[in-house]
Amino acid sequence: MIAALVLVPTLAALVSFALRRPWAARAVLLAAAIAHTGLTAWACVVGPAPSMEGWLALDATGLVFLSLISVLFLACAVYTVGYLRHQVSQMADTQEGFLFSHGRQATFVGCLLLFLAAMTLVTVAGHLGLIWVAIEATTLASAPLIYFHRHHRSLEATWKYLLICSVGIAVAMLGNFFLAVAAARGDSAQVHTSHLTLSSLLNSAGQLDKTWLKAAFILLLVGYGTKMGLAPMHTWLPDAHSEAPSVVSALLSGALLNCALLAILRVHSVLVAAGEGAFSSQLLVILGLTSLAVAAVFMVGQMDFKRMLAYSSVEHMGILALGVGIGGAAGYGAMLHAVNHSMAKGMLFLLAGNVLAACRTKHSPQITGLVSLLPVTGPLWLVGFLAIAGSPPFGTFMSEFMILRGALDSGRGWVAAFYLVALGVIFVAMGRVVLAMTYGRAGAATPSESEAVSVAIALSAEAPTAPKRIREQLWSIASPLALAACVLMLGLWQPPPLQNLLRAAAQAVGVRP
Amino acid sequence: MEPWLDVIAVLLILANLRLLGTSRLSVCIQTVAAQALLLGAVPLLMHADELSARLIAIAAVYTVIKAIVLPWLLRRAARELGGTREVEPFIGLTLSLLVGMGLFGVSLFLAGPLKRAGQGHSGLLIPVALFTIMVGLLVIISRKKAITQVVGYLVMENGIYVFGVAFAVQEPLLVEMGVLLDVLAAVFVMGLTIYHISREFDHIDTDRLSTLKD
Repeated sequence: MIAALVLVPTLAALVSFALRRPWAARAVLLAAAIAHTGLTAWACVVGPAPSMEGWLALDATGLVFLSLISVLFLACAVYTVGYLRHQVSQMADTQEGFLFSHGRQATFVGCLLLFLAAMTLVTVAGHLGLIWVAIEATTLASAPLIYFHRHHRSLEATWKYLLICSVGIAVAMLGNFFLAVAAARGDSAQVHTSHLTLSSLLNSAGQLDKTWLKAAFILLLVGYGTKMGLAPMHTWLPDAHSEAPSVVSALLSGALLNCALLAILRVHSVLVAAGEGAFSSQLLVILGLTSLAVAAVFMVGQMDFKRMLAYSSVEHMGILALGVGIGGAAGYGAMLHAVNHSMAKGMLFLLAGNVLAACRTKHSPQITGLVSLLPVTGPLWLVGFLAIAGSPPFGTFMSEFMILRGALDSGRGWVAAFYLVALGVIFVAMGRVVLAMTYGRAGAATPSESEAVSVAIALSAEAPTAPKRIREQLWSIASPLALAACVLMLGLWQPPPLQNLLRAAAQAVGVRP
Repeated sequence: MEPWLDVIAVLLILANLRLLGTSRLSVCIQTVAAQALLLGAVPLLMHADELSARLIAIAAVYTVIKAIVLPWLLRRAARELGGTREVEPFIGLTLSLLVGMGLFGVSLFLAGPLKRAGQGHSGLLIPVALFTIMVGLLVIISRKKAITQVVGYLVMENGIYVFGVAFAVQEPLLVEMGVLLDVLAAVFVMGLTIYHISREFDHIDTDRLSTLKD
């Protein structure tokens, strides 16, 4: 049952690699995504039992992240079909104008599906070694996705991604070894049972060697934190997110970063069970605040809108680490925020893809009047900004507010103040870019000219050359619309089953709501 | 077997210093291979009284992959990519060595609290493992070429392997995961990427991979 969740996308990936016709690969992608969502829904209802001596186990926390990945992947699969249909063999680069080609569509689809399988394995793994293998597999499966457009900037991004994440994952391996040392009890009687399954670690948490356990947490936090994009280990993230195809950015940001967060949550729960929760919480709060600060600094004056969204991911990962570190009400808030962030950021990256396809530039000052240019994407872009920046009535407002309340309840006044200031700075920085892009005359690409000249041009070129509204494809707007509806609904009304699930997830992590 | 473990530990330290002090790419690759050979012996000496087939298999596979296959691939990549045979460091070799000595001090300091009760083993193994990891990181950040970055990554993994095989080998499958997945998958993909970098840019200097920044 649990194994089927991983096997279905893996098999679909193998089928896709073998296919010759692009349309067949697209059909496989869509079918596999729907099957995966169906299986996930079934798992939500049934609640499958652990298998393989606890190596595979799906608890509430895993279920939250699994559903989130599955829904986001389905949305991205629908978008990908539209995206791949319009790929031509040679494309002009949007920044430097040279022509470039891209990889085979079937390979792209296959890697997407392998990526899904690896991420699913992270959520269903009940063994820390297996989680590590799965996270390593996500790196390998997603590297070819980032390098889909064959040119030098995407290659640079891929190289940085591979090198930095591999070093991070190696550090996490060392952390696993440390944890094994902490868990080894010197009894050679049970040589063949693993001490590193979550259930065994949680049951015997009291007997773990404290020094080794703390050292292991630091190593695992640094290792998986690299993958999660926590500052100061985030440096691969803006490059990879800005150079990858938008649909890949959406998956990286909305699903992959959460997988790394889940791995950290697993280790955190062990430390909490061992009575060292204060130590790990403290580290999480510090890294969370650092990420918020770094994101705020780099978002001010950021001209590339995809990089801006990438730094926003750093910010939100910081918020999540902060929420988990604070615990209490903030722990529940963090779980809700993970869901909200995935939906909102996934939607924004997909919209960014639409904007990029229509305007052919990532430089935001050259883009104006999206509302009149793209009748659906334009307004949604604004909605997405409000959602990601945490304004009511969206779900992010609720979750960010819960984390704030948690910080105040636990007597961390300074943390709360810092958090609010960072959020404020980021709101203004993003707002300036997004509002300028959304309103104004469509396509008035006059960043360097003086006011008078641009007005003259605008007057002389009144009706005939004014860019027309672009008719948008259903493939490219259906997913962002659905995701927007999800974020809005989470702000107005959270279904009781979801609330129970999130509460159980927060409890499993060790932060009692 | 403890004296022999000490000898290996000292040789590993010397190999690390040689890596930092050399200016030739081929010597770097050779040193990594030599290090891997030494590492192959660690699990055998460490658990000499309770040798199992699994332990011998791990040691054999590790030695074959890291001491023979990967150095051969790296040498071939270096030859096909052409370019100079120097490592082209960002910081001078003397300074690299000095920093290396400093790192050794740091790893001795860090290993202090990480004592393990019971089990007779060389007290040098933990600091040497940490030192090797740090040298690997230093090579990654202080050398220009993509290929030397891969070398640094391999050295770092050697350090992690020392640790895993010496202390975490009781845990089923954990060490195998580290050996197989990490070494094979990551480096093959990296090798592929190096190939693309060289085709795209006609060089493999990562300091020119600097378009993307803020």
